[in-house]
Amino acid sequence: MQFGIFTVGDVTPDPTTGRTPTEHERIKAMVAIALKAEEVGLDVFATGEHHNPPFVPSSPTTMLGWIAARTERLILSTSTTLITTNDPVKIAEDFAMLQHLADGRVDVMLGRGNTGPVYPWFGQDIRQGIPLAIENYALLHKLWREDVVDWQGRFRTPLQGFTSTPRPLDGAPPFVWHGSIRSPEIAEQAAYYGDGFFHNNIFWNKEHTQRMVSLYRERYAHYGHGTAEQAIVGLGGQVFMRRNSQDAVREFRPYFDNAPVYGHGPSLEEFTEQTPLTVGSPQQVVEKTLAFRDYAGDYQRQLFLMDHAGLPLKTVLEQIDMLGEEVVPVLREEFAARRPAQVPDAPTHASLLARRETGAEAGAEAAAPGATA
Amino acid sequence: MEPIRITAVSAGLGRPSSTRLLADRLAQAVRRHLEGGERPVEVRVVELRDLATDIAHNLVTGFPGPALAEAVGAVTGADGLIAVTPVFTASYSGLFKSFFDVIDNTALHGKPVLMAATGGTPRHSLVIEHAMRPMFAYLRAVTVPTAVYAASEDWGGVDERVGELSARIERAGEELAELAGVRPRPAARAAAAGTDDVNDATDATETAGVADGSGRTETVVPFARHLAALGLD
Repeated sequence: MQFGIFTVGDVTPDPTTGRTPTEHERIKAMVAIALKAEEVGLDVFATGEHHNPPFVPSSPTTMLGWIAARTERLILSTSTTLITTNDPVKIAEDFAMLQHLADGRVDVMLGRGNTGPVYPWFGQDIRQGIPLAIENYALLHKLWREDVVDWQGRFRTPLQGFTSTPRPLDGAPPFVWHGSIRSPEIAEQAAYYGDGFFHNNIFWNKEHTQRMVSLYRERYAHYGHGTAEQAIVGLGGQVFMRRNSQDAVREFRPYFDNAPVYGHGPSLEEFTEQTPLTVGSPQQVVEKTLAFRDYAGDYQRQLFLMDHAGLPLKTVLEQIDMLGEEVVPVLREEFAARRPAQVPDAPTHASLLARRETGAEAGAEAAAPGATA
Repeated sequence: MEPIRITAVSAGLGRPSSTRLLADRLAQAVRRHLEGGERPVEVRVVELRDLATDIAHNLVTGFPGPALAEAVGAVTGADGLIAVTPVFTASYSGLFKSFFDVIDNTALHGKPVLMAATGGTPRHSLVIEHAMRPMFAYLRAVTVPTAVYAASEDWGGVDERVGELSARIERAGEELAELAGVRPRPAARAAAAGTDDVNDATDATETAGVADGSGRTETVVPFARHLAALGLD
């Protein structure tokens, strides 16, 4: 099982001091967080993509390339890459380039984005969100698997005899996660291709998460990629820890009360009860996270949101230390003890190469006619 | 035998509330017209006053707390809906509108709805026609022709006026009962829509996913249809 950090990249005033970091400080903080993630033994760092203030990460592969040069083991990913408004040709090129520079430590999570005006800013129509996600991914999938592509679709200029360069490292495209909070069409898309499904459950109750994940699992099996239990699932999480849980609550409350998205809404206590948020001791984080599998099944990737709402970098780094030292080792052991042998790990570059050599990928794709067409 | 479910939503804020009183009268009228059929009748009243904070939280966070989720389920799962609001500032109350704002905008398609409103004077009675009916039209609910408006003076005074309100309640109740009573049961609706067989790819839609406590499942359109719609098959 993989554990990691995902970041939104918001520039938010620290409500306890009123100080707002500069964009430069925030960007440097994000990469410092990534390096810390590797240092404490986490597996994944994923950055969001945004094209409006107060967010800074508009150019994810630039940032991930910098991190790749300074890390050895960390898998670099996104949360999410906008499949609706980015040109799929540019996604194919950028992530293949990153894959080469990072020696394969790359995957990508595709999403539609939740900021309406981004569509018109990039010349698209938000009402076409789902068709854009479907068509653009069909092209991306093809560009990474066929050397010479002829293409005509509804949303971009046609291609004749086009080769996306560089070709994916070792001919193995980056593994793709499809992130969606509430669209069954995207769970269906992930299932159809046999790709991963990431449910960012951090603002949702477990009943909703269970419905979306179950739908994906059932459809994954329907399309012949494996059993429902073998589908590749990722979940979000949000934690704030101190040794003594009362200290955690006291310190986090002003950040919670003023946070973007849910601030000035329900109380910290209500939100903790209704969503995956845990504010307390490392042991409480372990217990709550282990309970995710009760409704999502055995899953492959757990990403934590640690650095939003104006939390200072020093605090965030302390949090990641605790996560790496006290939480994740226990979670690794406990999840492994509960997981049946037939449930696979999240695909990596090495496992995708191995799978190709045994011909398993070809077999799985033959079961979903059209998936490679 | 699956009951006929009638849910009444009252946005009244007072205790006691004339809006709640009207909701109760309407619910009784609907029940009277449905009783004696082969299916039992279940009436549920949702008081938005009790959910006011939850509704505001949902607007902020994007998801409902447990009590609100349960109330929304009672509304979306009903065979007939009675919606009653006080008139505030020339329209339905903000709380009433906010409740319908947090419900998925496709969840009330085809839902039979009886609209009613209360106010201090009879001058605001067209709020139902000018504000409520367009809102339910947007939601593609099926509103019954008779709507009921009760001003303070309708609750007392001269005999014929009280009689008028009662007659109107009766007629509106009968209209809703007629639509709710013939509405097929959920299982029959699913079968008619071809949503009952996950494995038959020729169906328009498929259902999949494990139901949660509320019995709700996600409906999914097979991916081949998405590709075909884009000419990618």
